[in-house]
Parts: sequence; C-alpha cells; structure tokens
Amino acid sequence: MSKKFLSGNEAFAEGIRLARPQVISAYPITPQTIVVERLSEMVEDGSLSAEYVHVESEHSALSCAIGASAAGARAFTATSSQGLLYMAECLYYASGGRFPIVMMNADRSTALPWNIYGDQRDSLSQLDSGWIQSYAENAQEALDLALMSYRIAEDKRVSTPYMANLDGFVLTHTYETVDIPEREQADRFLPSYETDNRIDLENPKNMAFSAGPDTNYIFKYKEHEGILAASEVIKETEKDFAEIFGRKYSGLTENYRTEDADYIIVTLGSIAGLCRETADKLREQGVKAGVVRIRYMRPFPNEEIAEVLKNAKAFAVLEKDISFGNEGTVFTNVNSALKKAGVNVSGYNYIGGLGGRNISAGDIEKIYSDIAEGTDSVNFIGIGGTGNGK
Amino acid sequence: MANKTAESISREEFFYGHKACAGCGGSLAVRAALKVLGPNAVSVLPAGCMSAVGFNFPQLCFSNNSIISTFAGTASMLTGVEAGLRARGYKDFTAVGFAGDGGTADIGIQALSGAIDRNDNIIYICYDNEAYMNTGIQKSGLTPYGAKTTTTPAGENIHGNIRPKKNMFEIAAAHDIPYAATASVGYLPDFIAKVQKASQIQGTKYIHVIAPCPTGWGVAPDATVDIAREVVDCGLWYLAEYENGSFRLNHKPKAFTSVEDYLKKQGRFRHLTEEDIKIITDSRDRKWEFIEKNSQL
Repeated sequence: MSKKFLSGNEAFAEGIRLARPQVISAYPITPQTIVVERLSEMVEDGSLSAEYVHVESEHSALSCAIGASAAGARAFTATSSQGLLYMAECLYYASGGRFPIVMMNADRSTALPWNIYGDQRDSLSQLDSGWIQSYAENAQEALDLALMSYRIAEDKRVSTPYMANLDGFVLTHTYETVDIPEREQADRFLPSYETDNRIDLENPKNMAFSAGPDTNYIFKYKEHEGILAASEVIKETEKDFAEIFGRKYSGLTENYRTEDADYIIVTLGSIAGLCRETADKLREQGVKAGVVRIRYMRPFPNEEIAEVLKNAKAFAVLEKDISFGNEGTVFTNVNSALKKAGVNVSGYNYIGGLGGRNISAGDIEKIYSDIAEGTDSVNFIGIGGTGNGK
Repeated sequence: MANKTAESISREEFFYGHKACAGCGGSLAVRAALKVLGPNAVSVLPAGCMSAVGFNFPQLCFSNNSIISTFAGTASMLTGVEAGLRARGYKDFTAVGFAGDGGTADIGIQALSGAIDRNDNIIYICYDNEAYMNTGIQKSGLTPYGAKTTTTPAGENIHGNIRPKKNMFEIAAAHDIPYAATASVGYLPDFIAKVQKASQIQGTKYIHVIAPCPTGWGVAPDATVDIAREVVDCGLWYLAEYENGSFRLNHKPKAFTSVEDYLKKQGRFRHLTEEDIKIITDSRDRKWEFIEKNSQL
C-alpha cells in the first residue's frame, strides 16, 4: 500500500484504475472534470487498459456506458449537476436494464440561478431512478467506494447501477493523504465482470425490450428486489474489504456517539466531520449530542435509522437539498423510516449549504440547541422556519 | 455494383414475426440489411416503429443480438456496444443501428454527429419514412415540403409542411465520414450492395434509405416498392455515395417522371396546388444542378 496526497476526484480515479473498467465514456463538467482527466492520463500511460470514448454529451455518456454494459463490459462514466439531469432518461434505462454501471457524481447545485458549487439537489432528485446511491465523506472513502462499487453493483443478486456521490469542491477538490491499495490486492478483491445479461454472439438475445401491463410490474418488482438486496451485499463487501485492505466501513449508516445521545443530527456527505466535531464540543459541555451519517440513500437504511433514533429526545436532518413545496427529501425518507418502525421522536429539518453556501460550526451548534427546545419543522439555516409542516 | 441479388441473398431471416403495418418500408430495409450482415450483426434500434413492432416481451422477433436504445441514443449506444464487444476481445461482429427519420435527423443527430466525429466502427442506417409514424404521423426534420401530417395540417392558409427535408446525407458527408450513401427500398439491390460495401469499410458508415410508410403516406400497402422507385425516378430522391472525400451519383434517370403524378398518388400530397407542385419541381431542379456540379457519375 502506498500513500499519496490526492483530491477527492483524484482518489476516486485511483479507485477506478484499480477496478479495471473496460469502457469509459467521458464528458467534462465542473467539478467532475479532474476524474475524467486523470483517467485519460491512465489510459495514455498504459496503467489502465480501457476504451476511452470522448462522447459529445452526458446523455451519450450514459447511453454509451449502457451499450458497453450490454456488451458485457465493465463500464464507467462520471457527471455532475446539469449533466446528471441531462442524462436522466438514461438513468432509468440503465437500472431497468439491470446494467451495473458505476458513475461518479460530483454533487453540485442545479440551475437556475447558475452555480457550480456543491449541494445535493442533483443526485437526491434522482433517488427514484433505481440506482444505488452512496455519499462519501472523504477522499479515502471515495477511493474505497470506487473499488467496492463494482463488487456491489455486479453481484448477481443486485445487478443494479451504482452512483457514487462526492460533494462538489468540498470533497472533489480537497486534498488529503490517501492510502492506495496494491494492484494485486485489488484484483483479489474485485473479480472480472461475468454476466448472462449481455449480448452473446453464440446465443443471440433481444435486450431492453418492451413489456406490457401483464409483465411490466414483474420486471419492476425484480428491480426493487435487486436494489434491496444491495443492503446485505454492501455488508459482505465491506467485510471482505476490511480483511484485504484493513479499513472498516459500517454499512448504510455510520453512527457517532449515538448510544446514549439525546440529540442527534442525521446528515450525509462531507459535512458530517464538522457535525462530529461539534458533537464532541457539546459533549464536553454536558450535552449528549450524536451524529448519524447516511452513507447510502438507496437502498435506504430504514431499520438502521429507526434503531439509532428511537431513544433520542429529538433529531435534526441536515441536508443540502429542498423539495420545493414540501421539505428536504432526506427528512421525508427519515420520517418514513421512523413511522414504519413505530418510533415517535421529535424531528426537525435543516436545509443548508445550497449553492455551496458555508455551514459553520456555529450553525450546527445552533441546530443542537434549537431541537432541544423545539423549533419549526422545516428551517433554512440563516433564514429561519419556512412555516410549513408544523 | 450489386454482388448480392434476389438469387444470392441469404434465405435466413433475422427480423421476422414482427407486427409492422402491411407494406412497411422500414421493416423491408431492416430485413434486407440484416440478411446482408448476417448472424453476427448486433443491432441497436431506438424507440420508434421498428422497436415498437419487434420487441414486445415475450414476443421478440430478432434472431440476431438486438437491443432498443433511448430515442436520442442510437449512435451513442452503438458506440458503447462496439467498444464493449471489442474490449471483451470480439472481432467478428458488425454493430448496426436502424433509426427512423426523427430518430436520426432530429433527436438523434447530436449522438450521430459524435459517433461520426469519433469515427466509431459502426453502420448507421436511417430508414426514412418522412415523419414520426410510430406516434401517428407527425412532422419530422425529414418530412418533405408540402406533406400533410397530423402536426402540419393542410388547410386554406398553410398547405402542409412549409420546410424542405434536411440534407442528412450531406450532413453526414460533411463530417468527412469514410462512407455515406443514399438508397431507396424501391431499388433494393442497390441498397443491399451499399450495406454490403459498408460492412467492409472501417470507421463510421451512414446509409440513408427511403422507406415509404403506406399508412402515413396514404398509399396502398402493395404500393411501397413502386412509390419508393418513383421518388427516385421523378428526381425527388437520388441514389448516391460519398467516399474518399467525393460524391458519386449511382443512377441518373434519362428523363424524370412526373413529379405531379408522384405527389398526387399519395394522400399526404393530394391537397397541393399547381403552385405548390411548381415549388417542389423547381427545388428538385436546383438540387439536381447541385448534384451534377458536385458529384461524379
């Protein structure tokens, strides 16, 4: 294992090199560009043997990856924001066709107004597209997820595409020291892609067909089953990963000082670090604060969320997202998990970081103190309650 | 130039048992092309007539590997299929796309341009029935001037479509593509020979074949081949190739047959006035001046 000082994008590209994709379709968009730049250099210097296709749009990037995956090849692409929305049609196509493509998405604000900085409205708007969705916190996790993503997506129980989300700039462009696994270890961890769901010259197939009302819902049920199965496969994959590489991950969620916590912030992505630091500080002052970081939004950690929040006095969902006319989508998902489990804990929604706006330690401290006293149901950090859902 | 004829072409069927309308020109083009390309053709078809009639689970009618792409994604999926199979070590296959006029000249033109720009080793066949037929005859970028469609009604004020067809063949050629050709299902041996020729050329190949839709054109189901000949004979379509940087006309009628006869046979043109027909005839003549100036015979 070697150590390198890498940005989130570069770390992810290193993970992809180790995963040996056979076809890479690339189209640039800020803040994703560095991933496709590094991969092109790896193909040029021969350290990655892949067909590198310069597509002319994000729609074609994913359409090309679908074609490659249908040919039985391991395919990779990357996008962000408007690009993700532009290829949206193909997201549903890839998941419906059960093509285990891996795509990195640099989480970025969506226009209008134009903005290149990070929030999670792009990927969270596509929760229903049938993709596994992970949210990394740091560059090491980004690299490790790049390698694990193919194992999870390609597992025959799953056969579902995988969207690895990295917070734009805050993670994609921030440098950290990262452990790079050895090639031999990576090959031991991730076998080559084998599937029957492919074009077969010896035994021709018709693929990506129509299915009418009698059978369509069966395909959809199977698709749902596949992404649900990822919960278990993620755990198995992380167990093998820890054995080979020595780094442990905790499945769909990561809990911090939650065992006895009265007040818990549920969040996702790179802001979790600041939440943990704030929780530590509050603990020193006698406030029992904890943090839950959601690592996977799909499949959604219903049981894990209900279990960790059931003994809390109150929780907040802090997210860089708003579903206009309602609340943050993560909040909706968390509340649904609690309702299904019969857990009744006061919960509040904090919308922050839109368009890359900073969330400070002070903002997070205020969330902990507000929820201890009770506050509006849905709050924009720095503005206040939105007046709905009381 | 034809080295495959009705006698020599494969008896094997690769596109059979579909539910296309009687007399469908598009299905004739697909059927003939796949006979030429054989069992190792891997076909990509976007949402459109041929995928709607051919891929209804569990009744799947292609006996070669075939896949539906997104409407805009024929060429980009072809690229992926070709790259994926090559990456997996396959050499003996042909990646071929069959997209309609809307799928090619409108929604799919960006992906097609990208594929030609990359010179991906694919054959792209546009079966041109001159409107969005699958959705019920709406105007596309390849609907000819004057045609009545369900979105270009023929009324007192506007006599159907007011714009001419896009020059897709020349647009493809302008990329300096290794091979582009026009064809018509009315001249099937010529089309078959062009598919055969395309299959032996490295890089991107584009074939634009006129494929009448009796339902949308307002002709009898048994008139498909005749009307597809007549559009060539009256000079409103032409059989040509682009190769090595130059255009070649394959077939020059000694004298054009009547444009008016061609138009008036079809329900979609029946409303045209003498003035409309003169506009169409004049534009044909200008086109032929251009063709004769810019191509070899």
